[in-house]
Parts: sequence; C-alpha cells; structure tokens
Amino acid sequence: MTARDQTVADLPAAPPAAATAGRPGLLRARRLALRAQPVLLALVVPALLFAFWQFATANRWTRLIPTPYEVAEYMWDFAFGGIYDDAFSATLHVHLLASMSRVYGGFILAAAAAIPLGLMIGRIAVVRQLLDPFFQLLRPIPVTAWLPLSMIFFGLGPKSAFSLVFLGAFYPILLNTVFGVRSVDPRLFEAASMLGCSGSAMFRKVVLPAALPSIFTGLRLGLGLAWFVIVVGEMTGVPQGLGAAIMDGRTLSRTELVICGMIVIGVAGFLSDKAVQALGRRLLRWSPQHQ
Amino acid sequence: MTAAASFDLLEVRNLGKEFIIGEERVLALKDASLTVRKGEFICLIGASGCGKSTLLRIVAGFETATSGSVTLRGKPVAGPGPDRGMVFQDYALFPWLTVRENIAFGPTERGLPKAEIKDKVESFIDVVGLRRFADAYPHQLSGGMKQRVAIGRVLANDAELVLMDEPFGALDAMTRERLQEELLDIWQRTHLTVIFVTHSIEEAITLADRVVVMAAGPGRIDRDERIALPRPRDVAAADFNAVRRELGAMLHSHHARKTA
Repeated sequence: MTARDQTVADLPAAPPAAATAGRPGLLRARRLALRAQPVLLALVVPALLFAFWQFATANRWTRLIPTPYEVAEYMWDFAFGGIYDDAFSATLHVHLLASMSRVYGGFILAAAAAIPLGLMIGRIAVVRQLLDPFFQLLRPIPVTAWLPLSMIFFGLGPKSAFSLVFLGAFYPILLNTVFGVRSVDPRLFEAASMLGCSGSAMFRKVVLPAALPSIFTGLRLGLGLAWFVIVVGEMTGVPQGLGAAIMDGRTLSRTELVICGMIVIGVAGFLSDKAVQALGRRLLRWSPQHQ
Repeated sequence: MTAAASFDLLEVRNLGKEFIIGEERVLALKDASLTVRKGEFICLIGASGCGKSTLLRIVAGFETATSGSVTLRGKPVAGPGPDRGMVFQDYALFPWLTVRENIAFGPTERGLPKAEIKDKVESFIDVVGLRRFADAYPHQLSGGMKQRVAIGRVLANDAELVLMDEPFGALDAMTRERLQEELLDIWQRTHLTVIFVTHSIEEAITLADRVVVMAAGPGRIDRDERIALPRPRDVAAADFNAVRRELGAMLHSHHARKTA
C-alpha cells in the first residue's frame, strides 16, 4: 500500500518531460511507476479483504473461520509438509495435478467436440434445426444435476469427474462458436467465392478464422467454467483432487483445508486464463480487439 | 486497345430481378441489356434504387436473375467465379490475412504452383504500390490502402472482368483522385475489362469509355453514352464540363419525373 501511495503522490509532482530528459533516473522511476500501477491497483481489493479477514478473526467475530496466519501456515504444510504431518501434508501437488488433468482433459475434449459442432450449427441450416433446440434444452440443466446420472453412466471415480467438467466447459464454447460463425460478415463469403473458394474450403479459409475471436471468448469462458465445476466433478468419489480435498475438509470440519483448496483453485484458474489469453493474443494479432 | 483484338466479352440480355419485400413485389431491374467488349471501361451511373448494384451483383453471380441471361465469353454465368473479380465499397478484405496473404488468396485457392503464386503476388504488390505494407494486417491500413489491396487481390487472380461497386465511395477526395488515376493506369497496362458502379458523374466521365445511365422505378438501363474525350481527361476542361452538363441533365430529368 505504501508503494502505491508513493506512486500517486509522485506523478503530479514529477517535472515535465523536457525537464526530466536530463535526469534519466527520475524518468526511469516514472516509467516503472506507470508499469506497476495496474498490478498495484489489482491488489487493492484482495488486500482490503485480507485485512478485513484478519481483523474479523483476530477479534473473534467467529470461531469457525481460521485466521489468515493459520491458513498460511496450513498452506505451507499442505504444499511442503513439516508442520502437522497429517494425511494432507505435502500433498498439494498431487491434488493440483489430479484436478488439472481433469480440468484440462475435460476442457480439451469439450473444445474438440464443441468447436466442430458449433461451426456446423452456425453454418448449416439443417444441422442447426436438428441440434440447436436440443442443446438449448440441455443447457440450463446445472452440472450438479448431472452428478447422479454421470455416476451411473461412468461409475465412481475420475471418469465421472471428467464428464462433468466436460459438460461445464462444453456450452460456452459451443454457443460462442455458433455466435462467431453467425456473425461472419457475409461480404467475406462473397469475396472468397469470387476468388474461387467454395464448399468445404470455405470452412477452413473463411468461417474458422473469422469466428476465431468468438471461439477464443468461448474457450476462455469454458476453461473458467471447467475450474468452476471441478469441486462438483470431484464429488464423484475420487480420492485426489482439489475438489476432493475441499470435500474432505468439509467432512472433517477442517476449514483451513477448505480455504487452501479455494485459494489454489482461484490461482490456478487465474493462471490458466492468462495462458489462454496469451495464446489468443498470439493467434489473433490481426484483430484490433486483441492487441 | 486495338479494335482487332476486341470481342464481346460479356452479354447481358433482358435481365430482370424481382424482390419480394413482405407482401410487396419490387422490380429492382427490368429488361436490362448490355454488351461489354473486351478491354472496355464501363461506368454504371444512376440514382439509388436504379438497380445498378443489382445488375453488378447478378453479373458477379452473387444473386440470380428472375429473368434474362448473362453470358461471359458465350458461357452462361452460374454463381461467383474467379473469372469475374469484385471490388467492394467496404473492401471485404480478410482481416486475419496480411496484405500479401490477401493478394495470394485467389491464386492459392485455384491451386497454382507455389513459385507462380509467389511471382504473381510480389508483382501485384508492386502494381498497387504496397511494398512497404506487404506484411501489415488490414486494420493497420488506411481506406485507400485497403482498396488497393482489394484491387490487387482481384488482379492477382487473373480476373478477366473486374466489377467495382462504388469502390472509391468511402474515400476522401484526394485519395479517390489518386486511386482513379492509378486504376486507369493499371487498366491501360493490363488490358482489363471493367464495370464500375458510381453515383458520381465526374468519376464516370473521368474513367469510362461508355457511361451507362440507369433510372429507377423500375430499375432499368436508360442511356448508353460513349465518352469520346481523349485520355488523360482533364476535369477542368471545357469539353469535360459539356459532357458533365449533358449527363447531369439526363440524370436529373429522371429525378424530376420520379418525384413529380
């Protein structure tokens, strides 16, 4: 917080560019401050929340929620062990990897199914009439509601978890792909056809690239939802995974484990999103909206 | 161009197009006939609703006529094809392709050998003067540059007939004038055949061998005037002005009749 206060105080007081030209140190400091600003601003709300948490637990407003320090200590033990040495010590990587494999596996499968389907639903009227109402009907059904059926179909264990994550990620990717295809400028089809492009080449050469920005929005939402449903997905009786750990924490009344699991999911989801965004910026550098 | 090398490239016969808007049938084009010789530069001019864009889009194959026929080199036109290249007012470039890739689109689609594509693309990048921007994406270009890409794209595809639908309509006056000059230059060097839709009388007289005047209600071809002025044409010359006045009178008489 103090660093941020300094930044704000420094900016108006800094001399104009002409005067700073001769003082490279000051100029560099200003540039650094400008670059640091978004990061610092992003930290304001979490810091306030953290402060409130500390304040509330230190004043014993509730005894059911551990203090930030307790959670931090537990997180360390969860990650590296050496403090409590119980069943969860030094198992973070096991749970994280288990969850990641389900999230990415389900997500990649969802993308592999939803993108071709979306391209066809968007472009081919018969397919749209055949499938669109069906998917619209299934879409409002929450992933939680699928849990019993999925356990009947796929049994207890990771396959069920996989299928639920798939369901969570599938619809946003499908809908955004359809939307992307439907909003391709019809002029582009005319332009491609007068240049000699026709039939299935139109999919590869026009529909897919033109819909790519929307598809990427769908992928971002889909990956976010994949993380979002991971706890439900791991209610299917899998022994490992962040969701499974959270569920164990609930049964054992170990709230600090629940909170650790929540934090790890949040951070992992955030980093996944950054990765997809970076990939998007690479693939979509032609698009002025993705600079 | 020499008269000996010239022949009838495009034949439009008794073309009619009817749209149904709600309950109403609108006659967008009625009984339009037009013959375009190889190497000619034709301008279609007229008020909005005269069917000039409809006529062009039927020739391009984007729309089908309700009646009549269109033949290119004696063969009936069915759907869009690389023999007729279209230059749109809003460019319609592929935003995900660079200038070079946009120009290469047609030759690649037709499956030409790689080396031939490369030669063609590089030479047409120079023809339209975009060497410095060959690797830029469309959103990085000005309107005039985008339209150069669109022209280059059609030329690189060996289009025999270039259809231009108010291509310079969205550009500022200076850019428009430059592009007109460059288009004429390219046309003369490459012996293209061009049908150019415009609503500017001045643009039509600057560019065209023949100006086809169209009228609305129903859309139809009203006059077909040969512009005998020597090239390059001077917009400020007295004879240019005389032609402009004459054509203007034709266009305005329709307006008067329509609004009366």
